[in-house]
Amino acid sequence: MSSTGVQQHLELKNVPQGLASLYSGNVRAVIGRGLLATRSSNWLVMMSGFFEPVLYLLSMGVGLGALVGSVPGPDGQPISYAAFIAPALLATSAMNGAVYDSTWNVFFKMNFAKLYQGMLYTSLGPLDVALGEIFLALLRGLMYATGFTAVLGIMGLLGSPSALLMVPASVFIAFGFASFGMGITSFMKTFQQMDWINFVMLPMFLFSATFYPLTVYPEPIQWFIQAMPLWHGVELLRELSVGAYSPAMLGHIAYYVVMIVLGLVLTTTRLRKLFLR
Amino acid sequence: MPLDSLSGSTPEYVISASNLTKKYGDFTAVDDISFDVPAGESFGLLGPNGAGKSTTMRMIGGVSQRTSGTLSIMGLDPEQHGPQVRAHLGVVPQQDNLDEELRVRDNLIVYGRYFGLPLSYLRPKADELLEFAQLTDKAGAKVDDLSGGMKRRLTIARSLVNEPRILLLDEPTTGLDPQARHILWDRLFRLKEAGTTLILTTHYMDEAEQLCDRLVVVDKGRIMAEGSPASLIRRYSTREVLELRFGSERNTTVAADLQGIGERTETLPDRVLIYAADGEAAMEQVSLRGLRPITSLIRRSSLEDVFLRLTGRSLID
Repeated sequence: MSSTGVQQHLELKNVPQGLASLYSGNVRAVIGRGLLATRSSNWLVMMSGFFEPVLYLLSMGVGLGALVGSVPGPDGQPISYAAFIAPALLATSAMNGAVYDSTWNVFFKMNFAKLYQGMLYTSLGPLDVALGEIFLALLRGLMYATGFTAVLGIMGLLGSPSALLMVPASVFIAFGFASFGMGITSFMKTFQQMDWINFVMLPMFLFSATFYPLTVYPEPIQWFIQAMPLWHGVELLRELSVGAYSPAMLGHIAYYVVMIVLGLVLTTTRLRKLFLR
Repeated sequence: MPLDSLSGSTPEYVISASNLTKKYGDFTAVDDISFDVPAGESFGLLGPNGAGKSTTMRMIGGVSQRTSGTLSIMGLDPEQHGPQVRAHLGVVPQQDNLDEELRVRDNLIVYGRYFGLPLSYLRPKADELLEFAQLTDKAGAKVDDLSGGMKRRLTIARSLVNEPRILLLDEPTTGLDPQARHILWDRLFRLKEAGTTLILTTHYMDEAEQLCDRLVVVDKGRIMAEGSPASLIRRYSTREVLELRFGSERNTTVAADLQGIGERTETLPDRVLIYAADGEAAMEQVSLRGLRPITSLIRRSSLEDVFLRLTGRSLID
């Protein structure tokens, strides 16, 4: 076997001392693998993630919106009902895409394809794997968000230039859900348990001030909704959609920062526990 | 921290384990084992299923945390420096875990990427490894379409992509037909000749005899004996073995009548084994006592006999 300086490439990049057992600074390889594998995946399934919010927008926003008329926007100015629910649908699609990728896909790779076992027998550490998988989920989220925002632009539902910030903001929201979703999935052992994820996501979609303002609820329920992650995403995007900046926005952002950090810690700890026993 | 050998001084042993112990709750999978492996050696862990071989392998790879003891792989603790240690390991797990979403050649390239290796190195390397694994004409095939033996060869080829200094092989030929096993052995033998350190677990004695310079016999997490296959056979068994079958009912009853023939007898459910330096002479004595076995066979002692002697049980149950 010819040896063409393979050893020099095997020396690790500068990895912080404390992370030496978890991380090799090679997230790229995990992402590269994911992109190559998408070639063989089902494009129809991937496209469905784009069409879902568009269908909701047409049926609820345009259809139901004809009955509702205009509603007060986040800054108090009246906006069309479609423009009111569009940011919420975008936030939901960011959530769904990220959760699908980080739960079902990860569940399969973890338990059936044994992909991570193979990866973790190389120089890769669990943090490389977690970051790489989450990045892939975000890439998909970015594609959906860009597509949906383009549709909104075509339909004339973007009320302000700052509405374009909804695209990076949705990726940010997706990051929170993806890092948490992957951590949660690591506890799942059966398909029945996986169904619980849908059981949480559907009500969150329906009740997180998606289709009507939070104020319709009695106060205790408002608090509960405000503790849920999707509500913060909906509010953040809704404010961006009309350019109504408020201090509350910082709260929403902080919520996701915490979610991302906790999710990453949880995922890495769990991957370590599962595969590096 | 660089590896010892990268900084110039080659360590005496590439693997050094002392008092290695692994417990899962109350169950002790690996019980206080110690061994050292010098570079270039082919070292085997021979024992039945559940003896703790795979757990030992996983600890060497740094994917299992030991309960106590010390372990040093090329001078590094695999628990503290997992990614760095694994950069120089090749791993063939007991069950193939090839990437079924990728094609055959891409499996090799992508796996090499996990080690941070550049494509300029990996492209020719992948072709070289496909050649080595006799899979060149399957380069573009789906993994799912490969036979069991081909998958195993691809897994071995994949484990070589980083030109490992230590190759860990966990039951490399279990589940393969005899022809596929021989092809695999041939490939492993070439690696051994090229100077790769092989660490091999197996419950096949012929595999251990073919491939191992030195081995430890493990049972219930403990090392029962250590040495080269030939020296273990010399130490724990006789030169020849006479196998007699009297039919399942009579095997036990006839054992008493065989007392005194050879050095030792061993009664198994399906046959009686007589350990003797000269099998022919022992057979004559059996005939002289008027015993008529249904079948008789004289063979050389094997590691199976060593294991039976040490544990009172056979390797494959």
